[in-house]
Amino acid sequence: MAEMVNLTIDGHEVSVPKGTTILEAAKTIGTEVPHYCYHPGMSSPAMCRLCLVDVEGAPKPMPGCVTTVMDGQVVHTQSEQALKNRRGVLEFYLVNHPLDCPICDMSGECNLQDYVHAEGREHGRGREPKRIFGRDDFGGDVLFYGDRCVMCTRCVRFMSEVEQDHRLTVVERGNRSVIDTFFEEGLDGTHWHGNIVDICPVGALVSKDFLHKARAWDLTHSSSICTSCSQGCNIDLHTRDNLVQRIKPRENLDVNAWWICDYGRHNYEWINRGGRLEAPLVRSDDGSRAMGWGDALRALLEKAEGAGAVKAVASPMSSNEDLGALQALVNALGGGEIVYRSSRAEDEVPLKGFPGLARRADLTPNATGAELVGASRVGGDDATGGLEGVASHDGIVIVLNDALADQDEGFGSTAALFVYMGTHDSAAARRADLVLPISTHAEGEGTFTNHERRVQRFSKALDAPGMARPAWLVLGALAAEKGSGSAPRSAAEAFGALGGAVPAFAGISWDDVGTRGALLNESVSVTGD
Amino acid sequence: MAYPYVSDHEVRVLSKHFGDPTQRRVDTYVERGGYSALKKAFDMGPEKVIDEVKASGLRGRGGAGFPTGVKWSFMPKESGKPHYLLCNADESEPGTFKDRELIRWDPHQLIEGCLIGAYAIGAKHVYIYCRGEFFEANSILARAVEDAYEKGYIGKDIMGSGNDLDLTVHQGAGAYICGEETGLMNSLEGRRGQPRVKPPFPAAVGAFGMPSTINNVETLAAVPHIVANGGDWYRGFGTEKSPGTKLFCVSGHVNRPGNYELPLGFPLMTLIEEVCGGMRDGNALKAVIPGGSSVPIINAEEAGRCTLDYEGCVDVGTMLGCASVIVMDETADVVKQVRRMVDFYAHESCGQCTPCREGSAWTAQILKRIEDGRGTEEDLDTLMEMTEQMVGTTICVLSDSVAAPVQSSIEKFRDEYLALIRRGERVGAA
Repeated sequence: MAEMVNLTIDGHEVSVPKGTTILEAAKTIGTEVPHYCYHPGMSSPAMCRLCLVDVEGAPKPMPGCVTTVMDGQVVHTQSEQALKNRRGVLEFYLVNHPLDCPICDMSGECNLQDYVHAEGREHGRGREPKRIFGRDDFGGDVLFYGDRCVMCTRCVRFMSEVEQDHRLTVVERGNRSVIDTFFEEGLDGTHWHGNIVDICPVGALVSKDFLHKARAWDLTHSSSICTSCSQGCNIDLHTRDNLVQRIKPRENLDVNAWWICDYGRHNYEWINRGGRLEAPLVRSDDGSRAMGWGDALRALLEKAEGAGAVKAVASPMSSNEDLGALQALVNALGGGEIVYRSSRAEDEVPLKGFPGLARRADLTPNATGAELVGASRVGGDDATGGLEGVASHDGIVIVLNDALADQDEGFGSTAALFVYMGTHDSAAARRADLVLPISTHAEGEGTFTNHERRVQRFSKALDAPGMARPAWLVLGALAAEKGSGSAPRSAAEAFGALGGAVPAFAGISWDDVGTRGALLNESVSVTGD
Repeated sequence: MAYPYVSDHEVRVLSKHFGDPTQRRVDTYVERGGYSALKKAFDMGPEKVIDEVKASGLRGRGGAGFPTGVKWSFMPKESGKPHYLLCNADESEPGTFKDRELIRWDPHQLIEGCLIGAYAIGAKHVYIYCRGEFFEANSILARAVEDAYEKGYIGKDIMGSGNDLDLTVHQGAGAYICGEETGLMNSLEGRRGQPRVKPPFPAAVGAFGMPSTINNVETLAAVPHIVANGGDWYRGFGTEKSPGTKLFCVSGHVNRPGNYELPLGFPLMTLIEEVCGGMRDGNALKAVIPGGSSVPIINAEEAGRCTLDYEGCVDVGTMLGCASVIVMDETADVVKQVRRMVDFYAHESCGQCTPCREGSAWTAQILKRIEDGRGTEEDLDTLMEMTEQMVGTTICVLSDSVAAPVQSSIEKFRDEYLALIRRGERVGAA
């Protein structure tokens, strides 16, 4: 147990471990001392001078970000002097700030805007012409609006301390100081630079991808898990008009801290892809016929009777709940095998300044979950091939969430029953007896299991189109019809059912997983290990 | 008369050989008793050297006036890390030109002081950070260091004492802020010349992350004399609290501007009237900045009461700083002078801290507007209020240096500001 220090902040008794800064100590009583340059993931240069607080007995106001607490210290963050300091510093920030909030992407989530509204002067006294730096293309996804910059140097420090690829620096000095790239090099070729847009407290660094796309206050934030690799970075999906507008990292010190890679950040267009399957289709030689779910599933169960062993194709893009329900159905239908295919990159792309975080070689979010339900990986690293046995199977073929892009129209033509469950129709599903529309992870709740066997929850960010439903709901209902337990009515119930079937998940409740995730039972070995 | 000007009031200890180029030669320096203090220091041992400097009451000549012996005693005794002595020769305060002269005329005096200081604090390496624009001083110093190495006063087993000391001269690249002690360290290490947050203080984490002490040229140049003659001898000059002699760099509207070495506590008016031969053209005195451009300006009445020691300057509301006395007569335009000083600081602000980065440039803009006759009385209130926000709110004291001349001049010479504002109003420029 760390040595504790007792002090008073704004009249509240606070007890924090020795070495804690005043700024962090104030957070424990819910007080956010305004700051720009301080970021918990990087060094503290104490240069923005916004977090100056009153410490009784100190000759000068002290920067809360670097001043560590002392026993018996009495700190005021809201005293007249502290407020006066902040009002003064905020006025200095506005001397050259263009106040172009109406056309600034940061507007609505800008720290300068918030702080000035809360504590700044009502009217500015600046009468002089403003300094103009203009815009600069920093390369990659980043545009630099120099005039909005508050010179906190978070971006410079992220590149030098966290990504550890010195691409940015401060040139010149005094109020001519400006962030710049080295010669023409820019940020091209770096893999984590999107984070500097996130940590920029103002609209100086903006994303080209998001430029003028939406106003901050029109976006709905939904907690989710990145699906671009097996790291399982915690993210927020920012949505508007039932479309994902951008991805932002969500803090989780156990997984990705405050950071996500550029690959994951920009890999969201697929979620918005139109042309979705919206109703269950029953196919015959005459063509496709849309049906209600009840009729479709009854037809499925009828055809499944005595149709033989199951060969299923699953996907590591599916949640643990979907995969568990698939396993339950396969077992209820008399057993069979489950395979899955996944993309793998040649190398990992680590973030040097935060060990344990990398864009993993496995480019899917839930290969661990697929392995845990007994699915085995087939095919190549580009997620193609390996389905010869399934394509010509004469029993039941179930395809879940694999678009079969590399397969031809003959796929499943010999099957007694071919069920295709997906988001989009596929040429290889032409011979399917049933085509069932399922929702994406963004359209419902569920969990993924990442590379280190941490199971993490994602929440619903979008409405599913038409009659598309979560796969666990469909598969669970079918399994229950075939006598395997009761049909899950929620993702939480589906997760609970998983605990009964897969020992690794046993004893972990939906609530245990919470927002930070939970590690699976260690004693159980993963199939295929 | 010798060296541009000298005066009978002077007590020439450090500046004894100013004007004599032969003093630069190591042989001449040794003939005149040079490097004997270093030998004596080696015989005394580091503790006694520090005690002697403490006893002398020598205070840092870079401007802050912190007791040198006490500063040396802050160095850890057994840190197991290399220690460094840094000599701050980045003399860049407007109005100051004493360190340049100390290096130009008596480089070995400085080198000897550096070596004694290094020995006292357990450093094996001295860095002299010399202002880059001092081309002549740099070449003289480089030559002197080379000679001293050759003669065995620097290097291995100095004078058979078994002590090894090295000395490197580092040339700055032209930033005022690199004269701030931690900015100097960053610059020396090859980083941006920006002051560091304290704590940690240099005695714990200094140059290259190691315990370091940093002293001004004049401070270190005084050390050989203190070691040779004893602390009591040094206390024979100056006042109780400000002992010793000090170089005064007098510039401005006096008949004989220049460097004068005087005991501390010397009356300012005697300096102007007698040492410097009085005001130019017999003009009346208007204002004095007694300690370099970053200290508050005083008017003629205050100057009449001012004695030139650390306490005497504080008594009239200013500071001795590095004793760079800028004298202005009745023809001086105070607003213009203040604006020029603030321009300098705005240009030299490193740009880290917001109050300094934005505030100094904004102050300069407003002053320029007032000077051009486009100011208002509210501008004066704004200036007073915003400069107040620049005092004590930043990592180093550069922004305090902007506030000092602005606040003191508005308080003491408000009429001059108002005259410019009124004139502007009359011609309708505002």
